[in-house]
Amino acid sequence: MEMDWYLGLSAVLFTIGVIGVLTRKNAIVIFMCAELMLNSVNLTLVSFSAQLGDVHGQILVFFALCVAAAEAAVGLAIIIAIYRNHLTVDVTRINLLRW
Amino acid sequence: METYIFILFATLAVASAVGMIMSRDTVNSALFLVLNLVSVAGIFLLLKAQFLAVVQVLVYGGAIMVLFLFVIMLLNLSEEEQMLRRFSVRYAAGFLLGVIVLSQLLYAIASMTGTLPEIHPEMEQIGTVESIGDALFSIYMLPVLVTAILLTAAVVGALLLAQRKISGKEKK
Repeated sequence: MEMDWYLGLSAVLFTIGVIGVLTRKNAIVIFMCAELMLNSVNLTLVSFSAQLGDVHGQILVFFALCVAAAEAAVGLAIIIAIYRNHLTVDVTRINLLRW
Repeated sequence: METYIFILFATLAVASAVGMIMSRDTVNSALFLVLNLVSVAGIFLLLKAQFLAVVQVLVYGGAIMVLFLFVIMLLNLSEEEQMLRRFSVRYAAGFLLGVIVLSQLLYAIASMTGTLPEIHPEMEQIGTVESIGDALFSIYMLPVLVTAILLTAAVVGALLLAQRKISGKEKK
């Protein structure tokens, strides 16, 4: 089976993540869509790694997982802090820094 | 056989991703994302990356999604009103940009089609814990240590952000 199918699946998942980030209003769902996009890029890296027979792509995916875990912890803490101040996670109502 | 398994996992992944961005309840979104991550782990197995498939299920599907579910249930969010009920410029622009991104990505892939090879024959030895650990603890020793610092900083930062009194002042 050729690699283009894996890359195409990754592109479709990335696009669904982009649409989710642009259209949803709930901050947690937006955050989950960002995780989906990270994951689809991981799929691209693994498929290129499998195609070239090279271990370095998988090492990069490993580090991307670590960064995603750190990002999830800090981002969710920020969402909790915002909820404590505004009592909402609707991004259209969080407009302190918006012109 | 491989093609059928790929079609199964790909359909599952795309359907659960669409379900994630369409469902109104946040808990349902999180559970759809778990399904999506597990099916992507299955595709990792098809690509003969065994270690990453296990790590994906353990770290992503286990740890990170449990964190998400904890936060969703802690905040006790009500369901989003009028999510897709009325047409607005926001949705139109979102879908338009999504279609543009998808067409760009597929154009880039389609220009390479036919030239991409199949899975490398040595891949079964490369995706194992042994070879990844070998690379990780020899040439990538410094990045692994830096990752430890990064995770520590993230935990300390999360604790600092989520605690009740950020400035240290007492509210009365």
